[in-house]
Amino acid sequence: MERRTFVQKLLALALPGGVFGLFLKKSTVQAAPYEAAKHYYGMGIQIDKCIGCGRCVEACKEENDVPREPFYFRTWVERYTIKKDGEVTVQNIDPRIESGLEAASERQVLRSFFVPKLCNQCDHPPCVQVCPVGATFKTTDGVVLVDEKRCIGCRYCIQACPYGARYLNPKTETADKCTFCYHRITKGLLPACVEVCPTQARIFGDVRSSASPLTRFKRMNKLHVLKPSLNTEPKVSYSNLDGEVR
Amino acid sequence: MNPANEKLFELLKQVGGYIYPNEIEVHWGILVVVYPYLTGLVAGAFILASLVKVFNIKEVQAVYRLSLLTALAFLLIAPLPLLLHLGHPERSFEIFLNPNFTSAMAMFGFVYAWYLMVVLLLEIWFTYRKDIIVWAQQEKPPMKWIHKVISLFSTDISDEASAFDRKVVKGITIIGIPSAVLLHGYVGFIFGSIKANPWWSSVLMPIVFLFSATVSGIALVIILYMVITPFRGEPIDMKCLDKMASFLFFAVIIDFSLELLDFIHRLYQSEESIKILSEMVMSKLYISLVIIQVILGMLIPLAIIVAIKLFRFDEELRKLLYFLSVILIQLGIFATRWNVVIGGQMFSKSFRGLTAYKMELTGIEGLLMTLILLIMPLVILAILIKIFPPWEKPKGSMLGEGTA
Repeated sequence: MERRTFVQKLLALALPGGVFGLFLKKSTVQAAPYEAAKHYYGMGIQIDKCIGCGRCVEACKEENDVPREPFYFRTWVERYTIKKDGEVTVQNIDPRIESGLEAASERQVLRSFFVPKLCNQCDHPPCVQVCPVGATFKTTDGVVLVDEKRCIGCRYCIQACPYGARYLNPKTETADKCTFCYHRITKGLLPACVEVCPTQARIFGDVRSSASPLTRFKRMNKLHVLKPSLNTEPKVSYSNLDGEVR
Repeated sequence: MNPANEKLFELLKQVGGYIYPNEIEVHWGILVVVYPYLTGLVAGAFILASLVKVFNIKEVQAVYRLSLLTALAFLLIAPLPLLLHLGHPERSFEIFLNPNFTSAMAMFGFVYAWYLMVVLLLEIWFTYRKDIIVWAQQEKPPMKWIHKVISLFSTDISDEASAFDRKVVKGITIIGIPSAVLLHGYVGFIFGSIKANPWWSSVLMPIVFLFSATVSGIALVIILYMVITPFRGEPIDMKCLDKMASFLFFAVIIDFSLELLDFIHRLYQSEESIKILSEMVMSKLYISLVIIQVILGMLIPLAIIVAIKLFRFDEELRKLLYFLSVILIQLGIFATRWNVVIGGQMFSKSFRGLTAYKMELTGIEGLLMTLILLIMPLVILAILIKIFPPWEKPKGSMLGEGTA
C-alpha cells in the first residue's frame, strides 16, 4: 500500500471514530447528571476495625482545607481506655499534639477502643432548626451543609449541635462542619476519610439502596447512634458502640 | 501563628478532662452576656412603668416617665452587642429579609421592632404629647424646633385630646405588659430551647429570665432615681422608694424561688449531666454563682430589705441600705447572665471535661467594649432626659402625670 492511500484510509477511519468518540463522551455526560433525589446518604462505622491511625483526620483536613490547628475538626478519633476500677479516659488522637496522657499499663486496662467522630448528618438536625437565616440546611440527599455566603457567624448552630461537630472557620468567619465530602460524593466518589481508611472502618453509602456496603453493614451488625435520647436521628451509625461513648 | 490561635493554645492547657476538640473556643463571650442583661433591664424598667399605670399606684408615679425613658435608652443599645459579636455583621439584615421561622433567634427582629415601634415609642409619645406641644410654644430655638418635630406638628392640647392620650397610653400599657414578657421570655427561650445543652435546656428558663429581668429593671430605676434626684436638688420621696423596694422584694423572692426550684429539680432528677454540672458549679462558677449571684446578689439584699421592713430605721439609714442592696442586686443579675451564658459553655457536651474562658481586655469581645456598651445606654438616657424631662411640668399646665 502506498503511503498516501494508507494515510487517507487511516484518516477515513479515524475521523468518524473521533466524531463518534466525541458524541460518546458528550452522551455519557448527559446520561448521568447528578440527581439528588435519587440518593440519601449515610455512614456506618465499625468500632472494632478502627486502629486509631488518624489517616481519616489527616485526609479530611487536606481534602477540605480545614485549618491545621487542633481546634478545628470535621472528623476526629477518640481513644477510650476503661480501667478495671471503672475509670474512663478519653483522648483525641491527634498526631500533631503531644499526648499528655500516659498509656495505662496493660494490667489495669479492662477494655480500650477507638471511636471516629464526625457530623452525624442528623435527620432532625438541631443546627438547621436554630439557624436564624437558613444558612445551614439539609439537602435533598440528606446532607447538612452550610452556605458560607449567607452564614452571619452568630454561632447558634455550634451551640445547638450535641456532638461538638461544628466550629467557626477562622478563615471565613462562618460556621463549618463535615459535608460527607459533598463535592466528591456528587461525582460518585467516596468521602476522603472513607477512601483512606486502611481497615475499612468507615462505610459510606446510600441508606435506601438495597445492595450496598452500607446496607450489608446494617444487616450484619447490631447498631447504635450517638445520644439517641435527643431524637436527632443521626445517619451515622456505629456497630459495637460502647455505652461509655458520648 | 495568629494571636487568636495562640490564645486557644493557651486555653488548651487549662482544659480539665476530655472535651470535644472543637469545644476549646468559647463561642458566646462577654458580649452575649451583655445582651440578655440589657434586654432584661428594658423589660424590667417597662414592667415597673406598667405596674404604675395599670394598677394606678400613686406612690410610684414619680418614676413612671423615668422608667419609660430608661427602657427606651437601654432598648436602643440592646442589639449592639449581638451585632458586634457576629462573624459577619454586614449580613445581619438577612435576619429580617430571610428569617428562618423555626429559629428563635430569627424572631429577634420582629419582637424587637414590635416592642420598640408599637409599644415603647408610642407610649412615650402619647405620654409626652401635650407637654411637648406646650414646651415648643414656650421655648427658644433650637429646643423649640426639636420639640415641634417630635410632636409631629400636632397642636391639639384640648381636654378631649388629653383624655384620648390617656386612653391610648392605658391601651398600649395593656399590650405592653405581654410584649415585655415576650421580649425577655423570648431571650430565655433562645437558651432554654437548646436540648444539646443540659445547663440551658429548661422550660423554666424563660420564666427565670423574666423575673430576673423584673428584678434588675426595678433595681436600676431605683439607682437612677436615687442618683438623679439629689442632683436636681430635690428630696427623695421616701414613700416612692419604700414602694419600689417592696416591688423589688417580691420580685427577688419569686426569682430566688424559681432558681431554687430549678436547682432542686436538677439535683433530684440527677440526670446524666449532673456530675459534670456539679463539678462546674463548684469550680468554674463558684465565685460568680455561689458567691456573687446567690449570696451577694440575692440573700444579702433580701436580708437587708427584710431588716428594713422589720425595724424602723430612720430615712438616711434606709436610703443607704436600699442603695447598697440595689447595687448588690444589679451585680447579682449581671452574674446571673454570666452564669447562664458562659456557664453553658464551661463544660463539654461529652460530659467528661471542663473548658476555660479568658476575657480579653481590649478588642471587640473585651472588657473595655463591655464597659462602653454598659455606659452607652446611660449617655442616651441623659440625652433623652434633656429632651423629655421626666419631672418638669410645663408652666401653667395641669397635667396629672409625673411628679405633680
